[in-house]
Amino acid sequence: MNSLILRTAVPALAGLMLLFSIYVLLRGHNEPGGGFIGGLIGASAFAIYTIAEGLASARRALIVPPITIAGVGLFLAAISGIVSLLFGDAFLTGQWWFPAFNPDLKYFSSVVLFDIGVYLVVVGAISGIAFALEERE
Amino acid sequence: MLAATLAPFVLAVFAPFVRRRVGNSAGWALAVLPAALFIYFAQFLGPVASGETFIFSTEWVPALGIALSFYVDGLSLLFALLITFIGTFIVLYAGAYLKGHADLGRFFMFVLMFMGSMLGLVLADNVVTLFVFWELTSITSFLLIGFNHDKARSRRAALQALVVTGGGGLALLAGLLLMAQVGGSMELSTLLADGDVLREHPWYLAILVLVLAGAFTKSAQVPFHFWLPNAMEAPTPVSAYLHSATMVKAGVYLLARMNPGLGGTDIWQIILMSFGGATLLTGAILALRNTDLKLMLAQTTVASLGLLVFLIGIGEPLAIQAAMAYLFAHSMFKGALFMVAGSIDHGTGTRDVRRLSGLGRVMPFTAAAAGLAALSMSGLPPFFGFIAKEWVYKGTLDGSLPLLLTAVAITGNALMFAVAFLVGFKPFFGKPGDTPHKPHEGSVGLWIGALTLAALSLIFGLFSGLAETFFIGPAAVAVAGVPMVVDLYLWGGFKAPVVASIITVALGAFFFWQGARLSAFLARVVDALWGPDKGYDQFMDGLIGLARAVTNLFQTGHLRRYMLFTFLTLAAVLVLPQVMLGNGFVVKAPPIDLLVWAIGLLAFVGALAIPFTRSRLAAIMLMGVLGLSVAFVFLLFGAPDLAFTQLMVETLSVVILALVLARLPVFGTDWRGYPRFVRDALIAGAIGIAMATLLVSITSVPLDLTLSEFFSARSYTEAYGRNIVNVILVDFRALDTLGEIAVVAVAGVAVLCLLAFRHIDHDSEDKPEASS
Repeated sequence: MNSLILRTAVPALAGLMLLFSIYVLLRGHNEPGGGFIGGLIGASAFAIYTIAEGLASARRALIVPPITIAGVGLFLAAISGIVSLLFGDAFLTGQWWFPAFNPDLKYFSSVVLFDIGVYLVVVGAISGIAFALEERE
Repeated sequence: MLAATLAPFVLAVFAPFVRRRVGNSAGWALAVLPAALFIYFAQFLGPVASGETFIFSTEWVPALGIALSFYVDGLSLLFALLITFIGTFIVLYAGAYLKGHADLGRFFMFVLMFMGSMLGLVLADNVVTLFVFWELTSITSFLLIGFNHDKARSRRAALQALVVTGGGGLALLAGLLLMAQVGGSMELSTLLADGDVLREHPWYLAILVLVLAGAFTKSAQVPFHFWLPNAMEAPTPVSAYLHSATMVKAGVYLLARMNPGLGGTDIWQIILMSFGGATLLTGAILALRNTDLKLMLAQTTVASLGLLVFLIGIGEPLAIQAAMAYLFAHSMFKGALFMVAGSIDHGTGTRDVRRLSGLGRVMPFTAAAAGLAALSMSGLPPFFGFIAKEWVYKGTLDGSLPLLLTAVAITGNALMFAVAFLVGFKPFFGKPGDTPHKPHEGSVGLWIGALTLAALSLIFGLFSGLAETFFIGPAAVAVAGVPMVVDLYLWGGFKAPVVASIITVALGAFFFWQGARLSAFLARVVDALWGPDKGYDQFMDGLIGLARAVTNLFQTGHLRRYMLFTFLTLAAVLVLPQVMLGNGFVVKAPPIDLLVWAIGLLAFVGALAIPFTRSRLAAIMLMGVLGLSVAFVFLLFGAPDLAFTQLMVETLSVVILALVLARLPVFGTDWRGYPRFVRDALIAGAIGIAMATLLVSITSVPLDLTLSEFFSARSYTEAYGRNIVNVILVDFRALDTLGEIAVVAVAGVAVLCLLAFRHIDHDSEDKPEASS
């Protein structure tokens, strides 16, 4: 899209949105947020970047094909479930690691890994669709 | 017992490897299993003859009362022994008959799978187990009929058999489940022990019709008899095994098995006797009309199955004995004759009875087998077929309309007499005929089975006590469900059955003498008539036509048509229940809050403006306004997560919709005419109003807080998270989420694929761009 304002603002805006999406993903455990919302914000970042800078730059910025990202996300989510099997629990039972330096930090877990998987699936699938639609014949 | 039933399946998996390793003598190696199974089952002969029964049960799905349970009594043991004994020779025969065939290994695999299925079927005690094995026999039969899958006729015959028997199988499942409901047990041995419960229940008629639908399709009773002759497209070992000796008797087995529970009523007798009798005559007449050895035998098999159903329908003790004796005799002589027909085909290259003669000298073993089996089939003493036929007449004379029943049986038997001589004697006598290649005797495997079975027909005739004690007696008792005296003998004095036999032979000899002329005459008459085989094609064509019509109605390829149907359905689903059942619509006092009113007004104006804009882009933006207002509402009522998500979904929807619509030719202005505009507005309005009233009535019911309290109490203590929504998503109900993200990923892939095809549709010369 040939708009000077958009082209100037978007690179910074998209970067901030991407950063914010990760922040939203990671804080989702205790505050409003989470993988799904984070993923939507991330996808919006890529969508707006595509509109402003064109498809080719967007693909370059993403490095890997978006659908691969979705696949990796699905794989991570499944792995986080299989981890519980290894510990003898039912599939997808949360596994927690309380670090010795700060036992009150109840954060590192297979659950967070699962959430990251959700994030990647949403980002990958939706930006994949947006890219495909933007593609010119 | 479970191991015995499953063993053929296990061996089936390895059969192709055995074939590859051992080569053409694989038949001899693989025949060891059925032979061993035969010996295993033979051990039950003594105890079962003295009246014992055995139940073997392994849990399968205990919660549903489904068990892998097997029941051994006279009836199931008779079948199990026939299946394994004839199966042994069939495996040998197939090894010789299909020697050098590229797919012989696959053939052995199918045959062994069938053997296991058939064993499971006749031994099953649990109704679900019975059904599973019943369907497995249909499926393996499909695979075997279609073995020569490069021939269109084979494929049609295979599919036809599957459609007919599989359809009957579904009816049977319904019937069996109804029976289990009524009788309060999944086990046949329990259900059939108290048959009056079934017979006096209001569902009896439904159960009967459903079970009979299963049995009649499987055992090729009129009007479902057409699939069996078509199934002769299968290689001859299959015809000999499945379509004469074993599988087609599954329906007869089922009727015999159900006799103590469902039998004995007037309706049972009337249906079985009329359908069985009609099948007997139809099959016998069609047998004489044909000139292909296999088709003649196939039609007499149809006739014999009719006779068996007819006898079970009569239901008197002598008729039951006759059914079991005839079944026993038939399995031996018909199995032998089919193998003979295959050997003749193999040795001469033709199965046309008009071209075959004088083979006796070059094919002595085959000729001997054919002669013995044909004598048993035609019911001449001292063969077991004679005893069986005598008992058939004893049975019909014992029935309610003795003269009519006996006349039907005599006519059918006389026709089969003629066919037996045409198949068993005509090809072997006279001057050598004109055959495609020079006749020669096959290898041992090709005649050993036929000769053994034919010889047994003679041995059991001479020593009828053996058959009576070990096979016919226990089986007849099992079918009748009550003890009875069984006393088989060859000669019982010059009485009515003997007279009937003499009439049969005289009539049969006449039919044989006039065979060629009768056959030509019948061919003219039968071919002119409409038959169920043509009906099957018309039915299938009609079905496909209907499917095409329905598809064309709904799948127009126009997105707006799909959406019209989708939203019409949605409107019906939302409106009809509320109109018919009423709703708990309670109008509450509106909240006095300026902010809520302001947001409501925004949403309302946004929604109302959508139909009045002719610009698509404006419509999309207005929908975005609506979505934003909803997000505000979520925010106001303390659901920041929802508001957040709603906001993002709205943003992306607007972006993606704009991207999609921008590429459509109709982008720009709305071109709908006034009538369509009104119609669409009405549908949209109906959905909106119905949804609103539904929501209001739902919120009139007090909210159940059990789940909310559960999650808020445990969210931090068990999952260490304060964001309850997120904890539910990623921890408590993570499996749901996993499913959802899988759907999202698959939807993404699907959209990419669809969009990749877009290029091909527009210009077939353009290759789709590589999306990377």
